[in-house]
Amino acid sequence: MTIHWTAVYVLWRREMIRFVRAKSRIIGSLAMPVFFLAFLGLGFRRMPVPGMGGGTGYIGFLAPGIIGMTLLFSSSMQGMSVLWDKEFGFLKEIMVAPVSRVSLVLGRIAGGTTTSMLQGLLIFGASLVLGFRLPGAGALAFGLVFMLLIAFTFIGLGLVFASRMKDMQGFSVVMNFIIFPIFFLSGALTPLDNFPWVIRALSYADPLTYGVDGLRAVMIGTSMLPAAVDLAVMTGFALIMLFLGTYFFERTEGV
Amino acid sequence: MAFAKENTVDAIRVENLVKTFDGFTAVDSISFTVGEGELFGLLGPNGAGKTTTINMLSTLLRPTSGRAAVAGYDVAVDRDDVRKSIGVVFQEPALDSRLTGRENLEFHTMMYGIEKAERRRRIDEVLALVELTDKAGALVEKYSGGMKRRLEIARGLTHRPKVLFLDEPTLGLDAQTRRHIWEYIRNLNKEAGMTIILTTHYMEEADFLCGRVAIMDHGKFVALDTPVRLKDTLGGDVVSLELEGDAAAFLEDLGRQEWIKRSKFHQDVLSLTMEKGERRIPELVMLAREKGVAVNCVNLRKPSLEDVFLHFTGRTIREQEANQSERNRAMMMGHRRRRP
Repeated sequence: MTIHWTAVYVLWRREMIRFVRAKSRIIGSLAMPVFFLAFLGLGFRRMPVPGMGGGTGYIGFLAPGIIGMTLLFSSSMQGMSVLWDKEFGFLKEIMVAPVSRVSLVLGRIAGGTTTSMLQGLLIFGASLVLGFRLPGAGALAFGLVFMLLIAFTFIGLGLVFASRMKDMQGFSVVMNFIIFPIFFLSGALTPLDNFPWVIRALSYADPLTYGVDGLRAVMIGTSMLPAAVDLAVMTGFALIMLFLGTYFFERTEGV
Repeated sequence: MAFAKENTVDAIRVENLVKTFDGFTAVDSISFTVGEGELFGLLGPNGAGKTTTINMLSTLLRPTSGRAAVAGYDVAVDRDDVRKSIGVVFQEPALDSRLTGRENLEFHTMMYGIEKAERRRRIDEVLALVELTDKAGALVEKYSGGMKRRLEIARGLTHRPKVLFLDEPTLGLDAQTRRHIWEYIRNLNKEAGMTIILTTHYMEEADFLCGRVAIMDHGKFVALDTPVRLKDTLGGDVVSLELEGDAAAFLEDLGRQEWIKRSKFHQDVLSLTMEKGERRIPELVMLAREKGVAVNCVNLRKPSLEDVFLHFTGRTIREQEANQSERNRAMMMGHRRRRP
């Protein structure tokens, strides 16, 4: 199947234009992670984190978790954006265009990844303001790799849901019953050690667990699993979810 | 396959096309062809299956069974070739309201792979055509309904499609804008020779614009011909006379007139069907006077497509619509698509 790069580009560009124009929406979506960082980070400032190496303050533990959370929410919103287009009819304009369906998916992924990464980086900036420090410059580069993998995974998930749904109403159910549990199970806010084993088992099935753990490994140097394991698992999840997202989106009908 | 290639003359060729949704048959085995350069109308009430037909012809929906070819390409097989050959103006707005008018057109022309210089030229051209040049830089969410419609028609033209689908092009527009859009559509067909298929539930729209009209009801075609010939099937004009006095002798006399095709006498009003009604009125009035009946009022009505619809379906399109909206509501409960 051929890829129409102009179509990929134009879909990406549309996402960028909309992103820049929707300033209030972006501020709104960044408010929650910033509040989490500020209130939890400052409130638990002097608490040692169980299971983490000495010297890791709660803000150090929390910042990678909140970056992961931001990526989780902003990436799965890409699915919402497909449903938004369906609701407002624009999806028909896209679906009737003479370009391969793969190009349409790639355009969506490119746009969603860029906006998610930008939001993740803004939260990273906010955490620096709140006292988070990286061990070195290379940490950010490795961090970006994990951020990208988290974005891919949940854009794929968002596309799967969007392709299976008729309208936006269903998506709030997905948010409450799938996205929020993914967030809480990932250990973004709390170490997994204290969870009962049932919950911990679920946590190990959660892609974001490896994403957040990987971010911690490269950004603060302490983690549950070695960075290489996190990287391998996250890459696997990202590939599977992108494949599933493409598979379902390609088969969705335009109306 | 032979089916896809041999009929290059026909812009559209449909054979026994069927679409069912969860057991509900929206399009029930329709067949028709549309020649190149025709302006063809699908007329029927909401829910008759017009939009579903358009959606199948424009590759948005896969047919349940039957075949359809657009510009010689099978809609189920050569989907990208069909997409390259067509322009579609959907019934509900399909614009990105957070982009400007020009950005919507740029998006479209880039999706259709038009080169940059050509893109600019064509966008300016179509914007001028629909008189939106001044508003091209404004966000679409600030546009009125009529402006959105015009922008969509403009968009459908930027890539110069062989076949243009217009799904209810003037739905919900005021009379003036509607006239305006009718002119565009007519010019496109007459001057640019573009094949146009439009759906409408406005009788006068089909009558004014279309060379041929298919009347659709419950997913089936109940009639297909030129508007003039469809109206002729009704046998001509209806002349109504409001009578006073004993009409028996008059009625008996009329019964011998061969030019009267049908007559109905109901509550002092006599309705007669005939050709060239305006020429017969003086004769009718004189005949009535001879038979001692006073004529209080005369009314001449040329048959409209509304009468044709009534003739073929036994209902007016408005009654049909009332029934249909109940059915739609029932369908919505059954979780099909929701629309405000």
